[in-house]
Amino acid sequence: MSAVAPIDLPVDQKTKTQLGRGARAVERSTLRKSKARLTSKGATIAAIVIAILWTTPTLGLLITSFRPPELINTSGWWSIFTNPGFTLGNYDAVLNGSATTVSLGQSFINSIAITLPAALFPLVIASLAAYAFAWIPFKGRNILFIGVFALQVVPIQMALVPLLSLFARGLSIGDFEIFAGLGAGGNSYGQVWIAHTIFALPLAIFLLHNFISEIPQELIEAARVDGAGHGQTFFRIVLPLAMPAIASFAIFQFLWVWNDLLVALVFADGAVGPITKVLREITGNRGQDWYLLTSGAFIAMIVPLIVFFALQRFFVRGLLAGSTKG
Amino acid sequence: MSGFLKWLAGLNPFAQIPLVIGAFILVAGILIFFIEIAPRSGRRYTIIRALVCVLAPVTVFLVLGSIPLAAVVAAVLGGVFFLLDYRSREGAGYLFQLIGFLSPAVLLLTIGLLYPTVATFFKAFMNARGSRFVGLENFVFVFGQEANRVAIINTIIWVLVVPAFSTIVGLAYAVFVDKARGEKVLKALVFMPMAISFVGASIIWKFVYDANSVDQPQIGLLNGIITFFSGQPVDFINAAPWNNLFLMVILIWVQTGFAMVVLSAAIKGVPAEQMEAAQLDGTNAWERFVNVTVPGIRSSLIVVLTTISIASLKVFDIVQTMTGGANGTNVLANAVYAQKLEEGRASAFAVILFLLVLPIIIYNVRQMRLQKEIR
Repeated sequence: MSAVAPIDLPVDQKTKTQLGRGARAVERSTLRKSKARLTSKGATIAAIVIAILWTTPTLGLLITSFRPPELINTSGWWSIFTNPGFTLGNYDAVLNGSATTVSLGQSFINSIAITLPAALFPLVIASLAAYAFAWIPFKGRNILFIGVFALQVVPIQMALVPLLSLFARGLSIGDFEIFAGLGAGGNSYGQVWIAHTIFALPLAIFLLHNFISEIPQELIEAARVDGAGHGQTFFRIVLPLAMPAIASFAIFQFLWVWNDLLVALVFADGAVGPITKVLREITGNRGQDWYLLTSGAFIAMIVPLIVFFALQRFFVRGLLAGSTKG
Repeated sequence: MSGFLKWLAGLNPFAQIPLVIGAFILVAGILIFFIEIAPRSGRRYTIIRALVCVLAPVTVFLVLGSIPLAAVVAAVLGGVFFLLDYRSREGAGYLFQLIGFLSPAVLLLTIGLLYPTVATFFKAFMNARGSRFVGLENFVFVFGQEANRVAIINTIIWVLVVPAFSTIVGLAYAVFVDKARGEKVLKALVFMPMAISFVGASIIWKFVYDANSVDQPQIGLLNGIITFFSGQPVDFINAAPWNNLFLMVILIWVQTGFAMVVLSAAIKGVPAEQMEAAQLDGTNAWERFVNVTVPGIRSSLIVVLTTISIASLKVFDIVQTMTGGANGTNVLANAVYAQKLEEGRASAFAVILFLLVLPIIIYNVRQMRLQKEIR
């Protein structure tokens, strides 16, 4: 999810039911082909024009990535039929090339190693917190929750510089060192994992809380009566029931981390740079080498696109967060 | 911890993933186990609780590599917490459970977001190394230089242009494809850019905008079209001030899908009876759209506009990849990054960015409070 900033705004009850109804209608219409088409021909044509406009740039990139470099530079990709040519060499060149500090192939592996843990950690930590916000009454609960919510809108730029120095130098009050710094060295994913986990928490807590707080109270109470403590209620009742929300957040976070550039530039130095960072480097150094840029960009896109198309339903549900149940 | 991370860093990345996930799950499992047994009564459980209260903070501090004195202080505080918990009005173990659930998130947020945000406010008034108070010097630098003012103005233009365009196109598209044949495919096509990273999207569009000199064949689509109609090729990315607009197109391209999906669901949620009633009154499609659909989806429109506004305020990747902020395209989020070695100045930029986001935060917090009261 490159684009939508990871936030989830509060919607009122009316909008919620409306979006819920709409989302159900979307899912129904996939089952039953709507009989009467209510739209006019003109609208459909306009829609198709927009769809073509929106898709053409990506198509151009995809076609170009398979053309030999000398053809790329002498003819437009739209003339593919008059200047035919096909090669996989661009992919080979960019994956094993030495134009950057880390090869794109290595950075692809880095992206996987960064993304999987960074998607799981906030999920677990946030679902614990969301449970407490939803089902353990305590003083100051609302204030604290609103604070968490407000944090998801605060630009992470505010936190970057101090967090970096915290990782590097630790924390001291006066001369009294409380925490010595991460000291994990330049080749560790530790910094990026922790940074992504922290930045994802506000959204994750808010999104999961919306869902977890709507689990029927009777279910929770029945578990209590059967002798389950909060630990078991959480693990055996709430977690399984919250799976749809957890799945949509996991997809969000996966796409967000995979596509992120800012956190990577600040916290993933040298050998652990993910694919977005290496791509930016190629854009900077070899900005006119389109055979590298197009194939590299496509390699970076392929994983999120697969995730996106395979799990589109959950993704859309997550966007309409909290508004659709189950 | 630093030892563990160092050891981990030496391994193959594919070995690191299961190891670190396993370690994390183990810790989370232990936490949930102790939360579960916390409220049980009996001497045995009280002793377990006391031990955990004292030993858990000590372990955390030792794992983080703190000096022993800090760990001792933590142990004492843990003991005090045990007593508080033991005499809690809701029964022994109540506080223990609460803290068990909340502390990981609250600690991380405090260390990683709250403390840094507050620190940034202070750093904005300090010199580059953060050692001397310099008053408003950093802000004088920000507002005093033409290039920096351009960055602020650009950010404001971004937040005015991008949400409006993406929402309008997204809404139009949602209406056009509503109940059309092949709705699902048509939607997926426009929605797809959302899965692509800003870096990827930037490369896609950089290629569309690519310009060669007049005597060479154009390989960028737009210049290909222009020269086909025997026009002069345009250097879209570098020719100020319009280059800003061409960068915004990228964000609009990405965000329209988001607007479309949310608004499409909202439109489908408008009760069919209202539409039919309006139809019976003899209204045409446009009147129905303006008088029934738009009022019906008003709050969804606001949510979409707000979300995209925040994304536009924070736009960084696109500018960084396309121009690096050169040629009058700088924005605040990029300025923060570009000045990261000058901590004071970077913080000043960040504070200005925060001030621009602040109204949106206040508005949404108020929205949320209203809802809590209604419930």
